Amino acid sequence: MSKSLDDGVRRAYWRANLRYLAVLLAVWWLVSYGCGLVFAPWLNQWKLPGTGFKLGFWFAQQGSIYAFVVLIAVYVVLMARLERRLGLYEE
Amino acid sequence: MSVQAWTFVLVGASFALYIALALWAKASSTRDFYVADGAVHPVVNGMATAADWMSAASFLSMAGMIAALGYGGSVYLMGWTGGYVLLALLFAPYLRRFGRFTVPAFVGDRYGSQTARVVAVLCALFVSFTYVAGQMRGVGIVFSRFLEVSIETGVWIGMAIVLFYAVLGGMKGITYTQVAQYCVLIFAYLVPAIFLALRMSGSPLPQWGMGVQPSGAPSVLERLDGLNRELGFASYTEGGGSLVDMLCVTAALMAGTAGLPHVIVRFYTVPKVRDARSSAGWALLFIALLYTTAPALAVFARTNLLESVSEQPYERLPGWFKKWETTGLIRFEDKNGDGLVQHVGDAQLNELTVDRDILVLASPEIGGLPDWVAGLVAAGGLAAALSTAAGLLLVVSTSISHDLLKGALWPSITERGELFFARASAAVAVLVAGYLGVNPPGFVAQVVAFAFGLAASSFFPTILLGVFSRRMNAAGAVSGMLAGLVFTASYIVHFKFVHPELNSAAHWWWGISPEGIGALGALVNFAVAFAVARFTPPPPAHLAELVERIRSPR
Repeated sequence: MSKSLDDGVRRAYWRANLRYLAVLLAVWWLVSYGCGLVFAPWLNQWKLPGTGFKLGFWFAQQGSIYAFVVLIAVYVVLMARLERRLGLYEE
Repeated sequence: MSVQAWTFVLVGASFALYIALALWAKASSTRDFYVADGAVHPVVNGMATAADWMSAASFLSMAGMIAALGYGGSVYLMGWTGGYVLLALLFAPYLRRFGRFTVPAFVGDRYGSQTARVVAVLCALFVSFTYVAGQMRGVGIVFSRFLEVSIETGVWIGMAIVLFYAVLGGMKGITYTQVAQYCVLIFAYLVPAIFLALRMSGSPLPQWGMGVQPSGAPSVLERLDGLNRELGFASYTEGGGSLVDMLCVTAALMAGTAGLPHVIVRFYTVPKVRDARSSAGWALLFIALLYTTAPALAVFARTNLLESVSEQPYERLPGWFKKWETTGLIRFEDKNGDGLVQHVGDAQLNELTVDRDILVLASPEIGGLPDWVAGLVAAGGLAAALSTAAGLLLVVSTSISHDLLKGALWPSITERGELFFARASAAVAVLVAGYLGVNPPGFVAQVVAFAFGLAASSFFPTILLGVFSRRMNAAGAVSGMLAGLVFTASYIVHFKFVHPELNSAAHWWWGISPEGIGALGALVNFAVAFAVARFTPPPPAHLAELVERIRSPR
C-alpha cells in the first residue's frame, strides 16, 4: 500500500467498483437465470427474428454465453477508465 | 492413409510439440514453478486457462450430453461459462493483487489462521485428485479407441508425457504447452462442426446454422424438434426438469467454476491487476468458441443420426454405424424383428442405444469427413485431457510443497529444497493419478458433482467474503467453510453412495439434485460465517489493512 495514496481516492475507487459490480451482475443474472431459465418458457413464444431459434432456448444455449463475454469486456474497460481517472492506473 | 495412421501421425506430432515446449520453458525458481514468474501475457494466459479448464469431459462428452438432454443441457453450458464472470468481477483482480502463489495461501493469510490454511489445502487436494483421475481415464479411453492399445497402456503413456512437462517446467512449462493444447483442441473441435454445419445448413458458422436455413426452409433445430416429437422423445427446446433444480445446478456450477483452485491459480501468473481482469475475459472468449459450438454440434449430429437411421433397414446402414457398433457404443436390438431400426422415446419399443461419448468421436465419420479429421479429433481429446490433468497436478504439488511444507510444517525450508519438493510431489501426484486412472474407484462418474459442489460450498464463499467483507474473521470463515463442506458432502454421499436407490426428485430436499446442492451449501457457508463472525471479535488491524490493500490496484 503506497502511503501517498489518500484514503478518499481509495474509497471513491471502491464505491465506483461496487456500483459497476451491482449493475453488471444484475445483467449477468438476467441473461442466464432470467432469460435462460425463469422467463424462458414465456420467451419461447417468440423466435429470434429471422431464425428458427425459440428466444428462451437461444438465451440458454447461445445468448447468455455471448453476454458473459461482453460483460467481462465492459468491466475491463470501465475499470481501466476509473483507474486512469483516479490515478491508480499501473503503468 | 488410414484413420489409424493419421491418428499416430497427428497424436505423435502434438506430443513432440508439447515435449519441445517443456524443454524450452524449464522452471528455474519456485516463483517460476508456481506462477511462471508472474510474467505471462494476459492473452496467452487466457488461452492457457481455456485449455486448463476444458477437460476431457468438455471435449468428448458435453455435446453428446446436450444432444441427449436438449434444453435441459443448458445448465451445463451456462454454468461452466457464467462462472468466469464471477471470476473476472469478484476474484481474479484481488487474488492477483494479493500476489501469492496459491488459494490456500490466500485463505490462510487473509484470515491469519493456520487452521483455515490447512482446511483449504485439504479441500484443494481432494477436489484436484478426484478431478484428475477422470482426466487420466479420458486419456486412456481416447488411446484405446483410436490406437487400439489397452486403456492401461494409454494411461501410462499419458502419465509419462504429463510427468515430463509438469515436473520439469512447473507452471511455466504447463502454460506454454496449454497454449499449444488449446490450439490443437479447438481446431479439432471446430473442423468437424464446420463441415457438418456446411453440409446440413449451408452456413459455415455452426452457431448460426443450427437455427437458420438460407432458403427459408425450416432450420435444423426446428426439424429436430419435429423429429423428437414424432418419435416420442421429450421436446428438444423446452422442458428440461424442475426450475428450482435447474437454477441450483447452474448456480453450483458457476460458483464451483469460480472456486476451482486450478483455474484461480492461473490468474496469479499475469503481471498486473488489470491483466487478471482482461485475462479472464480472454479465457472466456476462447472457451465460448467451444461452448457455443457444442450445442450446434449436438443439434446437427442428433438430427443426422435420427434422419439417417430411423426406420431404415439395418442391413443398409452406413459403415460408421457398424464400426461403432463393434465398440459397444452403439447397440441395436431388433425387438420386433422387422429388420428396421426403431429409435423412439418409449423405452419398451426403442431398439437403439447410443452412448453419449460417441457424438464427438464419431462426428467426422457421421459427417463423411476425410480420415485425417478423425485423427485430429483424437489429438484434440488428448490435448483437452492432458492440459487439465497438468493444471490439476500443479495444484496438488504446490499445495503440498508450498502450503503444507513451507507454510505450515517447515517454514525454514530453502528455495532449492522447496523446488525439489514441488517437483517430487508433482511426480508422486502423477503416479497416484495414473493409478486412479487405471483402477478407477467406482465413483469417477460422480466426481463432477463432488468437485463442483465442494468448490462452490467451500472456496467460493470463503474467498468472496475475504475480499468483500472487512468484518469477516478466521472463526467465521473456518466454521462457514466446514459447515458448507460437511453439508454438501453429506448430501452428495447420502444420495450417490449410501442410498443411490433414493436418488430421485421425490426424495431430494426441495427437489434439489446432488449436482445442484453446492448452491445451497454455499448459502449455508455464508449464513454460518456471518453468524459466527457477529459474535466473535473483528479481525486484527493488520488483516483489515490487508483487505484495504488488495481492494486497491496500487
